[in-house]
Amino acid sequence: MKRYSVFAIAREALRYHMGWERAWASPQPKKSYDAIIIGAGGHGLATAYYLGKNFGITNVAVIEKGWLGGGNTGRNTTIIRSNYLQDPSAAIYEKSRSLYETLSQDLNYNIMFSPRGVIMLAQTHHEVRGYQRTAHANALQGVKTEFISAQRVKELCPIMNIDGPRYPVLGGLWQARGGTARHDAVAWGYARACSAMGMDIIQQCEVKGVRSEGGKVVGVETTKGYIGTKKLGIVVAGHSGQLAEMAGFRLPIEAVALQALVSEPIKPCMDVVVMANTVHGYMSQSDKGEMVIGGGTDGFNNYTQRGSFHHIEETLRALVETFPMISRLKMLRQWGGIVDMTGDRSPLISKTPLGNCFINCGWGTGGFKAIPGSGWAMAELMAKGEPGPLAEAFSMDRFIEGRFIDESVAAGVAH
Amino acid sequence: MLTLECPYCGVMADETELAPGYEAHLKRFGAGSSDADFESYMFARKNPKGVHFERWRHAYGCGKWFLAARCTATLEVFGTYPAQSAEPPAELQAKIKAKRPGWEGYK
Repeated sequence: MKRYSVFAIAREALRYHMGWERAWASPQPKKSYDAIIIGAGGHGLATAYYLGKNFGITNVAVIEKGWLGGGNTGRNTTIIRSNYLQDPSAAIYEKSRSLYETLSQDLNYNIMFSPRGVIMLAQTHHEVRGYQRTAHANALQGVKTEFISAQRVKELCPIMNIDGPRYPVLGGLWQARGGTARHDAVAWGYARACSAMGMDIIQQCEVKGVRSEGGKVVGVETTKGYIGTKKLGIVVAGHSGQLAEMAGFRLPIEAVALQALVSEPIKPCMDVVVMANTVHGYMSQSDKGEMVIGGGTDGFNNYTQRGSFHHIEETLRALVETFPMISRLKMLRQWGGIVDMTGDRSPLISKTPLGNCFINCGWGTGGFKAIPGSGWAMAELMAKGEPGPLAEAFSMDRFIEGRFIDESVAAGVAH
Repeated sequence: MLTLECPYCGVMADETELAPGYEAHLKRFGAGSSDADFESYMFARKNPKGVHFERWRHAYGCGKWFLAARCTATLEVFGTYPAQSAEPPAELQAKIKAKRPGWEGYK
């Protein structure tokens, strides 16, 4: 792999940019690997990357049904934050956020991490108390957040109407080091780094079955034939249930649709991310000038990657109330992704009933921010066969033992 | 928009009139049951990509719970039936089988 640098740009400028090589190779699958990861989204590629970087396991294939980063990695609103209430969540999301800070240098690929700050608005007295509690919890966890006044919210985001008729802004939970990143670049950067370590990223190769012998996975049946493996990682978000069924176990997960949309591009008008959980909408401005908008999930099982129209209406109604200046903006694109929701709205990074098969899923509506930390923890689980400190609380046994990491109660909404 | 016929009041109800209740026909386990049984009732879900039986409530109508058969891959609705059904009615199962020959059947 040739490094990207200012010298590389200068060199290529002198030869009509004909010398750039492909960012990653597209090989045919080998007969077998030390580890196969199903799903070349952010989480799958990050898992492969840290398997190689932290544990020296590079005889790895990442298998993808569609195209690299084409699932939820390419369908989110790119928000990165770690202001969670529960200790295991704060630990893994903060690890993730801190990895994002240096990820561009680490991968030698500009992921455009922008720590512009995230405000979560408190619009009811219940929310004020809840976020004050979260700020105190974050202080104990070593995650830097603070509870700020409505006036400070207005200073940080002048286009916001803090005196709305229904839910005036009473304050906010402010994480100055949260922000956004370029979602595709995260997948591409990891893919390039994995390919450079000699890993095979095999796109348009759908897994059709998981072959096991004596309680252990021996390989996967795919549309490009049978591929053997010593270890299997299932990192497929929305379709985790299908893969688990192929492997012969059931998950505490339901798949629902979550939508997002962007407006036409306008001049820079907000330089923070704002989340309003009571009225349920969140918004930030992309570098291109589009307002990036997200809202709530649909309330029913759905695999279609499109959501209900009335949810768009609810989200926009909430945001027009919060940001009156967007009322005449035209919306440019809308899309949906299939999110995998667990009972406590926290993920699974877990061993499975099959000895050498591991699963990483259940990130629900907030997976993008977790990509580096999730990959870090999953790689440790796959390499050692036992979870490390980041992953151990996220085992799927917690639903049998009643040891929940209840972020649904902590956040009040899907998050 | 998703539209379901309420089997009690006969109204073709829009999604905005309904409250979702997720998977139907769960086998309930109470006090004294094993941890695994309790988990299967509380958390483990079929979550199929295809034919799904689920609970809905006509929240902004007659207020009653009912059950629906729907395809999660296409959003096609096969039919609705009263909540007092231990399993999907035979004629509804036959109708689904006719439309989805590869369906494994209710289990």
